[in-house]
Amino acid sequence: MPTVNMQTANIFSFHGGIHPPENKTQSLQLPLGRPSLPNELILPLGQHIGQSSRPLVKVGDKVLKGETIAINNGFLSSFLHAPTSGTITAIEERLIAHPSGLSDLCIILTPDGSDTWTKLEPLSHWQDISKTDVLAYLSEMGIIGMGGAGFPTQVKLQGAYKNPLTHFIINAAECEPYITADDMLIREKTLELVLGIEILQHLVQADHVVIGIEDNKPTAIAALRTVLNKRKSKIQVAVVPTKYPSGGEKQLIQLLTGKEVPSGQYPADIGILCQNVGTCVAVHDAITLGKPLISRFTTLTGDALKNPQNVEVLLGTPVAHLLDYAESEPKKLSRLIMGGPMMGYTLDSAAVPIVKTSNCILAASKKELPPPAPEQACIRCGMCEQACPASLLPQQLLWFSKSQEFEKAEHHNLFDCIECGACSYVCPSSIPLVQYYRHTKSSIREAREATVKSDLAKQRFEARKARQDAEAAEKEAKRLARQKATPSKTTDEKKSAPAKAAPTAAAAPATTDESKKLKVDIAIGKSKLKKLEKQLLEAQENEHVEDINSLQLQVTDQEKAIALLEEQLAQMPSATPAAPAVNTAKASTAPVNDELKKAKVDVALIGVKLKKLQKQLIETPDDQELKDKINAFETDLKAAQDTVSRLSATTESHTAASEPKAAASDELKKLKIDAAIAKAAVKKVEKALKKAEEINAPEIEAIRQQLKEAQQRADDLEKALANPEAASQNAEAQTKKADAAPNNVDADAAKKRKIDLAIAKAGIKKAEKNIQLLQEQGKDEAEINASEWPSKLKEAQEKLAALEAEESAPATAVSAPVEKTADTVAQSEVKAEPEMDLATQIKKEKIAVALAKAQINKLNKRLESTPEDADSINQEINATQQRLQRAEALLEKLIHSQTNMQENR
Amino acid sequence: MALLRITSPHTQRAGRRTSWVMQMVILATIPGIVVQTWLFGWGTFINLMIACITALLSEAAILAIRRRPVGFFLKDYSALLTAVLLGVALPPVVPWWVTVTAVAFAIIFAKQLYGGLGNNPFNPAMVGYAIVLVSFPVPMSQWLGVHSMVSAGETLSFMQSLQAIFHQLPVIDSYTMATPLDGFKHKDLLDSQAAFSSIAALQGPSLNSWLWVNLAYLVGGLALIWLRIITWHTPVALLGALLIMSGAFHLFDPSNTATPFFHLTTGAAMFGAFFIATDPVSSCTSNRGKLIYGAGIGILIYIIRSWGGYPDGVAFGVLLMNFAAPLIDYYTQPRTYGHKKAKTGLKVGEDN
Repeated sequence: MPTVNMQTANIFSFHGGIHPPENKTQSLQLPLGRPSLPNELILPLGQHIGQSSRPLVKVGDKVLKGETIAINNGFLSSFLHAPTSGTITAIEERLIAHPSGLSDLCIILTPDGSDTWTKLEPLSHWQDISKTDVLAYLSEMGIIGMGGAGFPTQVKLQGAYKNPLTHFIINAAECEPYITADDMLIREKTLELVLGIEILQHLVQADHVVIGIEDNKPTAIAALRTVLNKRKSKIQVAVVPTKYPSGGEKQLIQLLTGKEVPSGQYPADIGILCQNVGTCVAVHDAITLGKPLISRFTTLTGDALKNPQNVEVLLGTPVAHLLDYAESEPKKLSRLIMGGPMMGYTLDSAAVPIVKTSNCILAASKKELPPPAPEQACIRCGMCEQACPASLLPQQLLWFSKSQEFEKAEHHNLFDCIECGACSYVCPSSIPLVQYYRHTKSSIREAREATVKSDLAKQRFEARKARQDAEAAEKEAKRLARQKATPSKTTDEKKSAPAKAAPTAAAAPATTDESKKLKVDIAIGKSKLKKLEKQLLEAQENEHVEDINSLQLQVTDQEKAIALLEEQLAQMPSATPAAPAVNTAKASTAPVNDELKKAKVDVALIGVKLKKLQKQLIETPDDQELKDKINAFETDLKAAQDTVSRLSATTESHTAASEPKAAASDELKKLKIDAAIAKAAVKKVEKALKKAEEINAPEIEAIRQQLKEAQQRADDLEKALANPEAASQNAEAQTKKADAAPNNVDADAAKKRKIDLAIAKAGIKKAEKNIQLLQEQGKDEAEINASEWPSKLKEAQEKLAALEAEESAPATAVSAPVEKTADTVAQSEVKAEPEMDLATQIKKEKIAVALAKAQINKLNKRLESTPEDADSINQEINATQQRLQRAEALLEKLIHSQTNMQENR
Repeated sequence: MALLRITSPHTQRAGRRTSWVMQMVILATIPGIVVQTWLFGWGTFINLMIACITALLSEAAILAIRRRPVGFFLKDYSALLTAVLLGVALPPVVPWWVTVTAVAFAIIFAKQLYGGLGNNPFNPAMVGYAIVLVSFPVPMSQWLGVHSMVSAGETLSFMQSLQAIFHQLPVIDSYTMATPLDGFKHKDLLDSQAAFSSIAALQGPSLNSWLWVNLAYLVGGLALIWLRIITWHTPVALLGALLIMSGAFHLFDPSNTATPFFHLTTGAAMFGAFFIATDPVSSCTSNRGKLIYGAGIGILIYIIRSWGGYPDGVAFGVLLMNFAAPLIDYYTQPRTYGHKKAKTGLKVGEDN
């Protein structure tokens, strides 16, 4: 290939875009400046996306330049280093550069003026060591994406290992007006940039390496070409036409590759990695010079500055110091923006520090950025639509945002909006479109979170209800059994056991009760903690930045609470050493049982975790960390399994000693209930998942995870259920011989079988219905087959057949009257079930009707009060009326069938 | 130092406000107004004045009743634009009360009662036009002829126009004649060739006068496209559909139909395509939607001209497609970045 070809790349184009005045020349008049050391450096702990770093230093510590002062806190986090030598004077809340204008924890460093470097340890053999080690090194050097988002670079690079990379794109477009920091960086550090790109390319091994740069930086382009030619590099330079927002990651990818990043996915999913030029230079400095990320290039510009220019500035330098350096005129300054005029955010005060992502300080005069004109009505001129780089319909989204029609807004792909501001820029009616979208997006997010929460609450409530129902049924069954048993057995040795234990010291039950309560509290606390930890992990994985901090806080709180409880519990036995030994024989069984359960749960949990890790390992085979984790888990698992076997041995001996049947059957029942609850949960989550898939909600992954876990739980329980069943069957067989009333057991079994049968039939029906639904939706055969339902149908049918066979067998064996009673019981149960269903359904429909009516009333009222929105309200009314009619029709049908059923009885 | 706190973006395109858009559209009608005045006398100009005054008064009155800032909304020029579009669409010597009725109805009922600018589902100017067209058919069909064709042999003077509009002008009949579309509509049993050779309205000077009017509006419309105030989609689709319809039927039945050229250069073809159908508020939003919308109007114009009860069909075509615009919008969303295909329709009432 001729060398000329190597450096040109195909350029595609993207929809929309705007050409705001560039205003880039002001800041390029002066050479790169290096401001003096400020009086103090303010180093926020959260300069990146993800969790804030953890400080390593204490107030009063002396640090050298480049020394680590904070380390990462979790997976999605980064390191922080001292930008100069000096003393840590405080670790406190300070105003930070954030759109919210809030304060955050910062390390305050007072420079000593000597600027002494710590010992630098470059990674000279980066080509020979494993890539994971290089990534870890980058993390320790505090490298994050310097283009704006601040995504930890090692995490981004790790994400790029998912798929083989076709393109490694270096973003040098710098499309925002005013900003020239990247331009200056390329001019000043051309060779470092190219070397940094080469290091990164070594790490990711992409097919093409392309530098995307806008054609308004000829000097930088020439400098790059010279260096690349000299090095005979394969890195291409793609000069793209100047158009905002060509520097947006998605837009630059489209410009350079013609590909689009699928909605809701990352560039890595289509084999593309983007890095900012600043990041590449930082990588070079870290690896070949050993310098951590402690300074950056920042543009100081705006009419309120006498000497607009680019500066290489230490992180943590207060903006006020830079404004002084560039000789700002406070009288002229009306708006202080960090970032560019299109996507930057205003600063309340100049006391905030420069962070790793600050690429520009725009000190604008009133004339330069006048306050926004009053908003006028949208005339749907469509200029926003022509400007939108995401091909959205901004004017429709505005309409939906104003009328809070969230569904429609989502249907019009509101979440694909990148908030570039092009629509607001061109809007002739001065409508702050982006602000409307931000508001709607956050409202939708809030609503989603609320639904997830309410779903969980509902699940919990239903599980509780099911458990209570089951317990009530159990009690009722026991009562019946007692009624039957009392006349036949006058002297029951088994029952005398608790009677003996009863007349013991009065204090003992109280303390045991209390300790039990504490234990329960601890268990609840632990499960809460586990849940929180899971949520935290999820949040970290999905980068819900705002959630992470609050979750972290909750987790620590929970941990504290548990520790407190455990302490209390530990004190408990010492307080009650007088607990009678008489009780221990009986009491010990319970803890052992509990412990056994706990151990089993541990086993199951560890197994799940192990599986997950193994899966991860398959995806990323050379991750040493993962391997270690897996090994640890495997040992844990073994230990847990040992405990289980040990404990079960003890329980067996215990149970053999006292109440073999009762315990077994109790356990069995409890397991069954658990299994039923777990199954219900699985079903619930499945439903949620389906719905989520339909509306394409972003929580799908989380729900899937939930589903998996719920299924796992259900499976575990079923397995557990199968084992004790065998055990209890033995016990039952024994008791049958001894017991006077064996029929009872058989009747129970028959009942169970019947219920199973009913469940199996319902399962078949459901599967069939789903298949039909799929067919109605016009999915073709292949898709239906691909879905789980046919297989489920088959399974259910098989199960049904097996059950029917089973039923016919005992039916002949068991004597006729027994069968009859069993049958009637089962029948009444089966009958009662649909009836109850029907009743609840009717209730539900009635509620729906009432709701719809209420809504219509409300809408009518609204219509009266706000005639401007007449047509949208009318539409809503119509929709509601339709819903009402549907609900009424359904209700009628249901009532009809209910009366039918009652008549049939 | 009180710093302004505001979220991004912080800058706006200078100068291009809504009032600027409206002003540009008004300015773009000037070539058409000049040609119309030149051909038909001062009537158009007087109509415009009446229309503008009526529009401003009714807009101000309703805004005052609705307790909205009057000055702020009057300065957006949207009422004036409606008045101008109606003023040039009405016949030059239509009595003043017809103009007043049309404009007042357009502003009060078609625009303000729906919530003012940006909320009207129908094109206000065309609602006003349709109201007077169906209510006062006689004055609405009284078009002046080109001076070389009418019996008076000259255009109306300024005073005569005033008299015709505010009082009555007994000699008005010697100045009026049928428009080409009207003439062709009432050719009755004649075939096209006979009609074009015998009917006065279909003679060269008459046809040419309308050709000039249409060319003038074409120029204004192209200016709007050049200014990026409108996109090419609606006019091109409208004119294309009209061309295809008239071309197809002319090929099929040349003896009873007019040529595509006739259809594109008479009546309000260009005015409708560039100034009426492109009203953003009541038309479709997406580019694909605009194509369908424009084509629908073009087809309806041909249908009404050929088989309907009125000589021209721009007003009814536009109003009918206004009805369809929201539906078309739902089915013509553009494909968003990162999506395989465009979403269509809207699932209403689905519980989730």
